[in-house]
Amino acid sequence: MTMTIQSNATRGTADLLKSSATVVWFVLVTATAVSWALGTHHRIVDNTTATALIILAIAFIKIRYIGLYFMDLKDAPLALRAVLEAWCLITFCLTSGFYLAG
Amino acid sequence: MAVIDPVTDAPARSTAPKQRHIPGETGVWILIFGDMTIFAVLFCVFLNARKSNPVQFAHDQAALNANFGAINTVLLLVSSLCVVMAVRAIRSGVHQSLASRYVVAAWLCGIGFLVIKALEYSEKISHGITPQTSEFFMYYFVLTGLHAFHLLIGLGILGGLFALSRKPDMSTGKFAFFEAGACFWHMVDLLWIVLFPLIFLVR
Repeated sequence: MTMTIQSNATRGTADLLKSSATVVWFVLVTATAVSWALGTHHRIVDNTTATALIILAIAFIKIRYIGLYFMDLKDAPLALRAVLEAWCLITFCLTSGFYLAG
Repeated sequence: MAVIDPVTDAPARSTAPKQRHIPGETGVWILIFGDMTIFAVLFCVFLNARKSNPVQFAHDQAALNANFGAINTVLLLVSSLCVVMAVRAIRSGVHQSLASRYVVAAWLCGIGFLVIKALEYSEKISHGITPQTSEFFMYYFVLTGLHAFHLLIGLGILGGLFALSRKPDMSTGKFAFFEAGACFWHMVDLLWIVLFPLIFLVR
């Protein structure tokens, strides 16, 4: 009885994992590892400014994917999706601009 | 019933426009994007302060442990996936009974985040580092503290989602509340996605 419930739960989890959100999740974890490596191992990219801009760009691309696939904005009315896209683009430009001005 | 193409006998491609749907309800998106805009301003205020003394900021940043930040990012990503699974479980109908387990798993990841944050803060305080130490550490404590406050609210919301997920029949209105709570939790995740590189990694 307990084993049946357990196997149903396992099968259910396997079914629920079959989605584009799971693929996006793997990409997000990989991107986190890349950012961490770039930020902590300074020899990967010699140029500090280029490294910072790459790390910022990765962060905002990650946010776009969280919005589209986790928050389900990919299937939302276009106006709502546009707010997310605009936030990512404007905030990336502003943070990069303030960083470069420093 | 599937529509059959009269020429090829193959199922015809649906010509109906894609049904677009607002996750949760409009009100929650005003709150989410409002909060995200406030944080966007705070990111710029932090980087603007960095302009005045980049050497001191880089020196103070070197005292942070980026591993704590990276582990916390992964914890929040795992919790977000659990919340996605909970929403999918309820939508599926068949696996609805699993939704509460995923909400609990997400909640535990949130608690894990707070435990690591507490370790990080206690490590700093034991080394005599407080918000008064320098401008960088003032921003570090304020920004991460404000985010932790959002995470605490998110944990409360996850508690509400847990209670909802245990009810056998969920009305459309209650499902909208569930989706809205899920989106708030994802916002807590995405704010950290910027805070981590901004405070810990960008030099």
